[in-house]
Amino acid sequence: MDDVLRVLVVDDSSAMRAFVRASLETELGADVAEAKSGFEALRVLPREPWGLVVVDVNMPDINGLELVSFLRRSEVHRATPVILISTEASEVERRRGLELGADAFLAKPFDTVSLAATARRVLGETK
Amino acid sequence: MSELRDEFLAEAQEIVESLSRDLLLLDQAQKDNLPSQELINEVFRAVHTLKGIAGMFGYGRLGEVAHALEDLLDDLRLGRKVLETELLDVLFEGVEVFQRLLAESPDVEVSEVDVLGFLEELTSVGASRPPVEDELSAYAIDTSVLAVLTEYEEHRLRTNVAKGVALYRLKVRFSLTTIDTQLEDLKARAKSIAEIITYLPSSSGGDGDAIDLDVLLASSATPATLEDVLGGEGATLERLSRGTSPATSVRSTEHHALVPPAPLPTPRPTSAPPAPPRAPSEPPVARREVTADQLSLRSVAHTVRVDIRKLDHLMNVVGELAIVRSAVMRLTEKLRGRPELRQLAIDLHRINRGFERHLEELQDGILDVRMVPLGQTFDRLARIVRQVAREHDKEVQLVVTGAETEIDKLIVEELSDPLMHLIRNAIDHGIELPKIRESAGKPGTGTLVLNAYQKGNHVVIEIEDDGAGINPQVLVETAIRRGLVTEDVAADMSRDEALQLIFLPGFSTRTKASDLSGRGVGMDVVKTNIGRLGGVIDVQSEVGAGTKLTITLPVTLAIISALLVRVGGREYALPITAVQEAIVFDPRRVRRVEGREVVTLRGETLTILRLDELFRTQSDARGGRRYLVVVAVGQKRMGLVVDGLEGQQDIVIKALGKSLSRVRGFSGATDLGDQRVALVLDAPGLLDEVHSSTERTLGEGRR
Repeated sequence: MDDVLRVLVVDDSSAMRAFVRASLETELGADVAEAKSGFEALRVLPREPWGLVVVDVNMPDINGLELVSFLRRSEVHRATPVILISTEASEVERRRGLELGADAFLAKPFDTVSLAATARRVLGETK
Repeated sequence: MSELRDEFLAEAQEIVESLSRDLLLLDQAQKDNLPSQELINEVFRAVHTLKGIAGMFGYGRLGEVAHALEDLLDDLRLGRKVLETELLDVLFEGVEVFQRLLAESPDVEVSEVDVLGFLEELTSVGASRPPVEDELSAYAIDTSVLAVLTEYEEHRLRTNVAKGVALYRLKVRFSLTTIDTQLEDLKARAKSIAEIITYLPSSSGGDGDAIDLDVLLASSATPATLEDVLGGEGATLERLSRGTSPATSVRSTEHHALVPPAPLPTPRPTSAPPAPPRAPSEPPVARREVTADQLSLRSVAHTVRVDIRKLDHLMNVVGELAIVRSAVMRLTEKLRGRPELRQLAIDLHRINRGFERHLEELQDGILDVRMVPLGQTFDRLARIVRQVAREHDKEVQLVVTGAETEIDKLIVEELSDPLMHLIRNAIDHGIELPKIRESAGKPGTGTLVLNAYQKGNHVVIEIEDDGAGINPQVLVETAIRRGLVTEDVAADMSRDEALQLIFLPGFSTRTKASDLSGRGVGMDVVKTNIGRLGGVIDVQSEVGAGTKLTITLPVTLAIISALLVRVGGREYALPITAVQEAIVFDPRRVRRVEGREVVTLRGETLTILRLDELFRTQSDARGGRRYLVVVAVGQKRMGLVVDGLEGQQDIVIKALGKSLSRVRGFSGATDLGDQRVALVLDAPGLLDEVHSSTERTLGEGRR
């Protein structure tokens, strides 16, 4: 019913971006844009309202937590659903991420199904 | 899914290559006693990223190895382990393990790679140091700053604090339009004097085109120096002082302030006063003509990775188009013969010329995409140099020049093994032990030079050492002992001819398989492999001074310009790069020298090869007139006698099927259009045939 879901995936690994893109395109029919760094995300974010942002925690320069913190303080993106992904189930990073206002935290490795399920859950919660 | 796996493999390969480069730098830094934290961090990051993606794409073993290495590197990074040669050895071995794991399918049940053995080795390596004390709480770092740090960044922060390095916060305003260049500029300036821990975007500033950032950095430089180097328009530097309770500025429940707001806590008398903050002003970089949108779109799609098979396919299409072009050309010629259609023929000819030009551009474009710099291969070799030198207790300095020289991706792939072997030989047999070198009046450290450059349509790679050199007399004696040449022939051999003996099959003196390649191939195999790529190898050596091997290779194998020749009613293609000239063949000038037919061309003796005899066909020369095509690759030349010259054409070489791949003299086949197929003559192979004919006849005589 709604317009196509616009997703921004922010990750410095091109393989990870390809994975997230393929998963969300297939499972949710989403329209996925990519940013390969926190800085690129800062530049791409203001261009349009995003339906979902998927962010890797461990990136050089601006990391994923900082990006979440930035989104939550921004007038425009305050309510945008955010999924954080991280290399391993780091309890510290999970806690920090959720406290900063991320809607979900996924530890690698995860598969297409769990990513899609998490996205659906996060989108349902915020609707 | 398989496309995603390709994506993974490409990225993993890139990571492993950059890891290898960084390890070499680290190795050098360790030798110079200047281990760099930044490099260790880079290495850690590479392994960390690899671990993350390996798990996602089903490469469990690789992930496991990466995980274990990451733990080791973490200890190193945090000062719990000392950077020693043994530890570096293990890290280098890790690169090999990664590469071998990437080369095999992750789905095989039993890996060829001894993962468990390597993991065991990892646990025992490296002397330990006591863990560093956590002093972070003594710093005035806002807990909301900590709240956005990754564990990794927090480690880095703690390490610096433990070492007593001062922490600073640099406030900068970047323009979204020029953020990339501003960031690189900042990094470059900070590089030598500070470690940047992280960047915290605080808020959108000004007119929406700017962003304010808090840069958290650690530095041992004086505040004045830092201010000089990093300060500037729109940038303010503050020192985070020791001993102030973080509780004073905690606002962790709200996510508004990442760092405590001004004023700064008063520093204790012991610490240096903070640099006076400069007044914020205009964004430092003026807006350029590009808009933000253009810029970001461009950077999203800067490079693409392409499967080389797709390029092969495109190249085949270009080949087909070239055939179409020839067909149109022939039609045009027919039209010309009809006076009433003359204007039509002229128009068609003009259009076809345009088509031809664009086709050439297309072809050049595709070739350009296939090219990769040799640097990647050289990096891998640098690792081998280090390892082999250590195995043999030799000191070797590698000097690389021309790493930017480009060559076809497929050639590069096939080049690694031969080059690796030559490098091993140079260190193993060429460069002497330090003591021996010194007693000979040479520096204890040997020098190995790897040089590449383009020469016309060829790429030349030189491998030169300043070692013991090869004694031709010893080569001759060995060859006689092994029954490869007779004493009579040996007596007539020139110095250069004697040196060529190392390329004879069965000459290799190697008795045990080499540790590294595990194959222990001889120089004859190296030569064959290079020949298969359409290249040749030459050797020069001076006893006591060193040895130089020169490899000459075509830039690409994908599409080549060929001279079509006719022999016994069939067409053959000869790569134009190998053709020097073609002249009318005069049988009366042929002489026989040492069982070979030769002619003298401008004072030089040229061995000739009659292709009709070689192919056992009947010459169909029209009016008895035949041609001599002078072929040269590297230093070697010969003349091929053919029945006719059929013109020049661009051809796409297709591999011969398995059953024919061992037939000597041909390197492939090609479609000429009109359902004509031609075999492509293997110029280096034929040159070999001619130049080794002495040995061959002798070999037959012995039987």
